[in-house]
Parts: sequence; C-alpha cells; structure tokens
Amino acid sequence: MHSAVVTRWHGRLSLGLLLAPALLWLAALIVLPHVDLAVLSFRVRVGPRDYVASLAQYKTFFTEPLYWHVFVRTALMSVAATLLTLLLAFPIAWIIAKLQTGRAGSWLFILCLIPFWVSETVRTLGWMILLRESGVLPSLLVKLGLTAVPVELLYHDATILVGLIYTSLLFMVIPLISSLESLDNSLIEAAYDLGAGGFVILRTIVIPHAAPGITAGCIVVFMLTLGNYLTPTLLGGKNSQWFTEQIYTQFITRFNWEQGAAFGFLLLALSTAMVVIGLRITGQRFGDVMRRT
Amino acid sequence: MSTADLVADAVTKRFADHAAVNALSFSVERGSFFSILGPSGCGKTTLLRMIAGFIAPDSGDIAIGGRSMRDVPPNRRPVNMVFQQLALFPMMSVGGNVAFGLARRGVARAERDRRSHAMLERVGLGSSAGKRVDELSGGQRQRVAIARSLVLEPTLLLLDEPLGALDLKLREHMKIELKQLQAAFGTTFVYITHDQSEALVLSDHVGVMSHGSFEQLGTPQDLYYRPQTPFVASFVGANNRIVGRATGRDGALVEITTADGWLIRARGLGSIGAGDAVEGFVRPETASLGRQAPELPGGQPSHAGTVQSLLFDGANSAVLLQEARTRREFRIALPQTGQFSDLRPGESVLFSFDPERAVCFPARPGAAGQDA
Repeated sequence: MHSAVVTRWHGRLSLGLLLAPALLWLAALIVLPHVDLAVLSFRVRVGPRDYVASLAQYKTFFTEPLYWHVFVRTALMSVAATLLTLLLAFPIAWIIAKLQTGRAGSWLFILCLIPFWVSETVRTLGWMILLRESGVLPSLLVKLGLTAVPVELLYHDATILVGLIYTSLLFMVIPLISSLESLDNSLIEAAYDLGAGGFVILRTIVIPHAAPGITAGCIVVFMLTLGNYLTPTLLGGKNSQWFTEQIYTQFITRFNWEQGAAFGFLLLALSTAMVVIGLRITGQRFGDVMRRT
Repeated sequence: MSTADLVADAVTKRFADHAAVNALSFSVERGSFFSILGPSGCGKTTLLRMIAGFIAPDSGDIAIGGRSMRDVPPNRRPVNMVFQQLALFPMMSVGGNVAFGLARRGVARAERDRRSHAMLERVGLGSSAGKRVDELSGGQRQRVAIARSLVLEPTLLLLDEPLGALDLKLREHMKIELKQLQAAFGTTFVYITHDQSEALVLSDHVGVMSHGSFEQLGTPQDLYYRPQTPFVASFVGANNRIVGRATGRDGALVEITTADGWLIRARGLGSIGAGDAVEGFVRPETASLGRQAPELPGGQPSHAGTVQSLLFDGANSAVLLQEARTRREFRIALPQTGQFSDLRPGESVLFSFDPERAVCFPARPGAAGQDA
C-alpha cells in the first residue's frame, strides 16, 4: 500500500521534472510578460508615477489614422507575402517530393536550407548590397542598357515582399514536402486515367490532400511575416510602415510602454483573427493542421 | 463475326538493355475477358500501362476500338483502369469517386448524380453513395473502383491484379463477382495477374507471358490440357515435371529416360530427336493409384512407389509418392470416392498414367537436370 503511493508520487515527480523546462519557459517568457503587458495596456499615466485604469491606449489607436493605416497595411502585406510564398514554394516542394528521387531531392532540400545557416541580419544586408542604388543589380541593369542611370531598388513595397518571401520560404516548403510526399502517386494516375487534366488533378486531388500542409505553412509564414521587424525596416527604410516598428517606437523612442503594450495586443489579436478566418475559409481544424506538420 | 476491341501490333518496350515487352502482337475480342498471366517481372504491368497510356511503346502500335492510340494521353483514351491498390480518392465520398470521371466529361451535376447512383445500385452499393471511402470493406472498395471505371462505359477495362490485396476468402468471392459483373456489363476486360487460378476461372482467353512475350495464347482449357511450351506446362496448374533424354519414339509418343534410369512415355511436342534432352509433364489428376495391379486401368505402363506424405486439402487432396527405384517425387490427386482415405505414409503402391495425356518438350536451355 505504502509503496504504491510512493511509486505514484515518484511517477508524478518525474513527469513534473520532465515537463519543468517547458512549463518554466511557457510561464516565465510567455505568460508572465503577457500578463504584465496586458496590465500596462489598460492604464494611462495621469501624473508622475500615477496611473489609472483606462481604455485610452486602444482609443488612440482607433482615433489616430496613422496607426490603423499601418496596421491594415501590415496585415495586407503579410497576406500578400504569405500567398506569394505559397505560390513559389509549391512547385519547389512538388519537385522535391514527387519528381526527384533519392539524392537529388535531398540536395535540392539542402539548397533551400543553406541560406538559414547565416543570420537573418546578414542575409538582409546581402539583399541591400545587391539592390541599393550603387549596388550590384542596378549597375548590372545599366551595363545591360536596360536603365540609363542606376535605379534605387531598395525602399519599395516589392523589395519588402522579396525579403519577406526569402526569409519565409523554408517554413512553407517543409510542411508542403511532408504533405505531398504522403500523396499516393496512383491517385494522380487514377484521376488522369478517369479523364482529368493537370489543373483538375491539382484542384481535386493534390490540393485537398495537401490542404493541412498548405494551411500549416501559411499560418507559420503569416505569423513570422506579421511579427517581422528586421526585414521591413532594413529593406523598406522609412517607407516600410510596418506595425512592429510602431511598437518599437512606442517602447524605445517614445518610452510610452502603455501604448506599445496596447499595440502588441492588437497585433496578437490580428494574427489570431487571421488564423481563425483562414481555417474557417478552408474548413479545417487547428488540431488536424498541427498534427500534419 | 466479332470485332477486336484491342489490337497490339509488335509492341516493344525496352528499359535500358532489357526488353520488358518484346514485339508482342495479340488481339482481344469485343466483350471478352482476357487475362495476361505471368510471374512478377515478366512485363505484364508494363504492357498494361502501355495500353492505359502511362508508358509509350518504343515501337509497334496499340489500337483500341479500331483506333490507333499513338500519342493519345491516358485521359483521352476510351480505357479505364482498376489499380492494384484501387486508388480510390479518400478526399471524396463514394458517390464523388464514381461521379469523378463523368464530371471530367462535362456531364451536368443532376445527370452525374443519377448515373453514378444507378451504377452504385448495379454493383450493390446503392445506399453507400454518401459514405467515406474508408468506411467501406475491402470487397466494397473493389466494387467502387470497378463502378468508378464502368460508369464511363469504356471500350476496355484494365484490371491490375485488383484481388492481390484481399484475403483468400474474399478473393474467391470477388473472383465470382468479377466474372458476373463482366457478363452483366459486357465490357471487354483485360486482367493481369500472377495467379493462374484467377486467370483460369475468369477468362475467355489467357496470354501466358514470360520475359516480355507470350508463351501461349488460348482458352484456359487449351493452356491446361494442351500446353505448347514447358513454361506453360509448369506455370499453369500443378504438374509433375520429369527431366530426361529421349531414348525412343513410338508414333507421337516419346520414351523418356531420366539420368537415374526411370523410363516413362509422353506425347512429344516440338522437334525431338533421339538423345535430346526433354522435359516431360504429367498432371497429378491424370495418374491413377492402386494397391494391386488389377486396380489400375489396363494398357498403361505401371510404376511402383512409396507413399511419402498425404496432402489433405478437401477436394484438392493429393498424395506425394516416391518412385520405387529412383526415389523421385511424384504427385497424384486422390479420387473423391474416399477409396484411399486409409492410405498411410510408407505404404507401397502402384501408379500409372495415360502417356497420351502426358506431354514432353525439348528441354529449355539451362533447365536440364534440375527438377521442379
């Protein structure tokens, strides 16, 4: 009797110890800061060291056009970057999962992975070297006679998109490969045999099969893009108008932590809402999607 | 006069330096059940995939319904295929699977539903249209796969060992069902299998394939009773194979003497000269068994043997003997009369067979000396 109790207690202790790092990480780095930020976001400073509870921070966001303009712009650009990443990643994943066998497929995958051995800052600076007015690509365009003078390729929305897609590609390719690899080739042949052409097979067989992988990749890429600070700032410069920059400005430049915290929660609400909407549109459940990746 | 739905003319396909299908020509009559029987690696799957259009032949031509299929892709051929693993679409309902091909032909939704439902009724799955594929049993899936193809009314239905994945009981059942379906629909079936019993039971005609070409093409009865090559004799049905040299000839009958001195006689096929290496085949059911000489049919040379083991298998029961002098194994089917139900291993018996019903061929290269 006694030993059974001890054994059970031991079991619980070892389970607790196993989970401890994860739980600590979750509590200390995610839950606690968010609780603190939530408290911050719902108060307003009325005098030195004097705060009262208020919705003023959120009100500012809705009354100041700049803020919600940047907010909507960030959301739309992130959606665009996600969809473009999907369009680019799908053929890559298809080639690796279906057309290449053995070593060739592994090598192609490694090619996708290699850029990630370098830090994001260095990679983005690489893009700047290529694209700035005195950089490699503008001078090449002049040499080829396509432009009379070097053009500035940095600080455009398209540049930001290129940078974001480059950063996100791998996170789209991986779930796509795993979902396409599990697609039985005989299903494609059967559809072909029953009279379907390439596009119909893609629409009726391949995409429904790969849907959880596509959704998982889109969720990851959308969240990474929405929360990205470095790429829009470096490649978009002052024109980037990314919402994370607004948060940075509030916290660091203005030292208005209350406003920054409110912005942070608005961004969290946005990404949650977009994921929920995306799952609703494609008729999938979050649990299924996460299991497939 | 019936017409041919499928005509293959000198079809060849090579992979690297090996000919998977070698200058194969044959035709399949409209409404018949044609099987291609062969061991794995004989090229039958390659042949089927060429008919379906997934592989292009290197040379030769395939005509379906009187029309050459050169450069016609699979989705434009009047041919549908039932895949080995069935390849039903798990992302669609049973009804969706059957309606898939109709939708590709631009049939309107209402008509599509009506026709796919009618087809499911015909295969006995009328109430399953709304079910998911994984809710069906193995046999039901089989029927959905066939319904999915037949709803398109193809000139030719190709079946790629569709019974291979089923357990024995269900396979026996589906064999009968397939034959009935084919009779009911009247569609020309081309069926590939490595299982000779499937081919014999189902087919009107069978092509026995080995190393990329047909060894023999004929009715199941032809293959069984009148094999034309030693490969067919040993591949189709059970057979006692006896390797030796031709030591004499009496009209059509050839006298075979094995290396260890056993002498039998069999009908000779092909050019057999005196002293040539030959392979003889005796069907287990053509041999008679007896404890005493008068029990054996008269006028047949009799042989002596010892019972080695009894192979009880209901109606297919057999006894494995050892020929008395050479210790060679010889299999004899037991009669259903129960006459030999008390036979025991070690018992001495006599056996004989009609030399007219045994056959022998010139030995294949490399086949001499080894026993099957």
